[in-house]
Amino acid sequence: MLAMPEPDRAVLARRAEIIAALRKIAPGEGVIDGERERRAYECDALTAYRQTPMVVVLPETTAQVVEILRYCKANAIRVVPRGAGTSLSGGALPLADGVLLGMSKFNRIVEIDVADRCVVAQPGVTNLAISHAVQGHGLYYAPDPSSQIACSIGGNVAENSGGVHCLKYGLTTNNVIEVEFVTIDGEVIRLGGKHFDSGALDLLGVLVGSEGLLGVVTAVTVRVLPTPPGARALLIGFPSVRGAADCVAAVIGSGIIPGGMEIMDKLAIEAAEAFVHAGYPLGAEALLIVELDGCAAEVDHLVARVEKIAADHGAASCRASQSEQERLLFWAGRKAAFPAVGRLSPDYLCMDGTIPRKEIGAVLLRMKQLEAKYGLRVANVFHAGDGNLHPLILYDANKPGELERAERFGDDILRLCVEVGGVLTGEHGVGVEKRDLMDVMFDEIDLAQQQRLKCAFDEANLLNPGKVFPRLCRCAELGRMHVRGGALPHPDLPRF
Amino acid sequence: MTLHRPHDAREIAEIVRHAGAENHTLEIVAGGSKRAFGRPVRAAQQLNLSKLAGLVSYEPRELVLTARPGAPLADIDEALRAEGQMLAFEPPQWLNLLGGAGTPTLGGVLACNLSGPRRLRAGAARDFILGFSAVNGRGEMFKAGGKVVKNVTGFDLSKLMVGSFGALAILTEVTLKVAPRPETQCTLLLPGLSDAKAFDVMARALNTPHEISAAAHLPELSARRAHLAAEGPLTALRLEGPAPSVAYRAAETEKLFGGGVRLEAEASALFWREVAEVRALLPDGAPLVWRACPTPSRAAAIVAAVREKLPGAEAFYEWGGGLVWLSLDPAEAGPDCGAAVVRGALDGQGHATLVVAPETARASVEVFQPVEPALAALEARVKAGFDPLGLFNPGRMREGV
Repeated sequence: MLAMPEPDRAVLARRAEIIAALRKIAPGEGVIDGERERRAYECDALTAYRQTPMVVVLPETTAQVVEILRYCKANAIRVVPRGAGTSLSGGALPLADGVLLGMSKFNRIVEIDVADRCVVAQPGVTNLAISHAVQGHGLYYAPDPSSQIACSIGGNVAENSGGVHCLKYGLTTNNVIEVEFVTIDGEVIRLGGKHFDSGALDLLGVLVGSEGLLGVVTAVTVRVLPTPPGARALLIGFPSVRGAADCVAAVIGSGIIPGGMEIMDKLAIEAAEAFVHAGYPLGAEALLIVELDGCAAEVDHLVARVEKIAADHGAASCRASQSEQERLLFWAGRKAAFPAVGRLSPDYLCMDGTIPRKEIGAVLLRMKQLEAKYGLRVANVFHAGDGNLHPLILYDANKPGELERAERFGDDILRLCVEVGGVLTGEHGVGVEKRDLMDVMFDEIDLAQQQRLKCAFDEANLLNPGKVFPRLCRCAELGRMHVRGGALPHPDLPRF
Repeated sequence: MTLHRPHDAREIAEIVRHAGAENHTLEIVAGGSKRAFGRPVRAAQQLNLSKLAGLVSYEPRELVLTARPGAPLADIDEALRAEGQMLAFEPPQWLNLLGGAGTPTLGGVLACNLSGPRRLRAGAARDFILGFSAVNGRGEMFKAGGKVVKNVTGFDLSKLMVGSFGALAILTEVTLKVAPRPETQCTLLLPGLSDAKAFDVMARALNTPHEISAAAHLPELSARRAHLAAEGPLTALRLEGPAPSVAYRAAETEKLFGGGVRLEAEASALFWREVAEVRALLPDGAPLVWRACPTPSRAAAIVAAVREKLPGAEAFYEWGGGLVWLSLDPAEAGPDCGAAVVRGALDGQGHATLVVAPETARASVEVFQPVEPALAALEARVKAGFDPLGLFNPGRMREGV
């Protein structure tokens, strides 16, 4: 279990007074202090980590968020923002001495602007609700994390969420055009707008994906796109994962960017097939799903080209969907892969590294060796187009030591990702889960630079401390400039 | 003025540490072609990145390219073209627009966040940076982001670098996501549309699923200046992709909006290069040029509001109205170069940049859209987090940044 910041005893001692003050800001059911009720917020989708918060506050207006944050700043109380609680990296893990700021009551779509193809939503609106709101206009919101029925757009902004379609259509950051957020000082700041770009520093670019460390989002404007007129999927079986990976590289090398491109390994194929009967090739070592979207002329043309490339790369089987129903069936297995793998094992850990695609074969081989070392099985499901791996490590939390073994296995996988030129997380975020691995990817100066950005937004380090960075930042120290009054900072260095 | 021409990040770090110790500021330059863009920098010394050129690595099948900031854009383009790829944000060069001097580089394009016609569909330069290495104002070498196409590890400092005009850190290496070059393209030219009608057509066309990759409207005067020498206004819609797809979508788009002239492949590319490079479509030698980004559906109303006060104003439109190029008559515009009128018309919904103006004017007028006080204070704190002594490009964007 990772250590969280030491609870502030002085804050805990004032709990009753703090709750009373928060009640004045968010009256009625806006403040939750009962032991049992608070426990509903003790974790997000990273369920291995739990902590009951000191108090839960559910504001309804931006003005309330402003007052809550001002109060917390003035009283040095830590704040953990939470959307729908679907984070896979523990981004919304509460603190024992912290206010859990739940944004679920911000659940309205504020404006649909068809002419400018954008939607203004409150942060608690679900990802899928945005697409539903505009589908009558032939539009949709492109980023589609697999939790899109439940996850909130505010949470998507915090985590810079991806999804199956992000190789072609981008992550959250490429589709959010405006954010209103409240700083820990209680200032309301708007970044971006319905227009393109800005004439200022791209703070919107850093706010997206900042995991609740920089501010609390109170409104989000997203760009929506015309819905593609059609799509077809190909189910391609390969006798080896490497063959499937080479095929992916060849598709991209030939100039095709599919709407989605997913690989599942044998264990994942078998689990998914047993679960949904999608017609997956059971003998295959790897299954590649390629989806092509657009007008029929384009889709049919590209399906033929991908079929040819697959055949040239040793595909053992290849089926193209002949109807919308069949396309959805092809996807049903992939979309159910996590719960299907869940039936193989009482528990699993979902990893999220990204690697250069050319390394897929080598990384999977090393993963096999690690399976033997840790005595645990791995099912692999990944967004092959962008090299984003989701190894699912199967374990049983009821067996002593197995969770810890699974976590060490996961750490080794992520170290391996960085070693081959990749990164710790492609779309799930660092949160608490990968926090202590940040040193694997970044040196002290890199992390200090990121923390100085944190200091510019939240000098007292009250917003979501204990996430992302392996060590709490001390802004006064980070801000100190050792160059003063003409004294050379490094007198040993050669001068010009 | 002292001129530094470092060869690598280590030398840059030394120069910066020395500058910090000696308390002198640095103008950061690569090819120098964007020096006339933004507020003039008055720095004690110049740090030129031209020697940090060249590709570091390029893996077409990974869609990833790493290069040094001084790499000429032409070299990057050539390497990509050889593999059938491109920078999807279609960076313009703006050579003629800004006076013709210098060599456009990758670093310059990123520092200014310059994107061309495809920005409408594909995104801006900032959407394609994956990671970087740089030297901060403390003379420390640091990196952020990664070299893979999908990454959310740590704060996305890469986006912050793009469009920061060298005010935060000196880039020493950047990694970009690249894209396949479309197999072919064609442009539908719809002649004779009034501004109002053209905006209606562009908005409706962009809401079809035909994947319009660029949309521009040239009112009569601009259209006459174009190399096509049209006799009246031109509204242009571009389609890109595999040949059978482009043929189908072009026919469907014509069914909706009427058949005009089609520009195929090279002719289409040439047309959009002219649009992206701006200068040829503006009055000859236009001394005052604004680049406004309004809410797209408000573009025509904004230009009408500007014209009411400055009748000599002339405009043409890109990005389906999301980008308005405005040329003003200096006598009408007055000492603020028309800033109050242009920004007044935007009314807080969008931003306007004074791209072409005499240096003295760019020193006194807010070249970039001013921001609210709370945001300005935050920007200043962010700047201090990277460059606490204010060494880099002082005042290039605005005071405090």
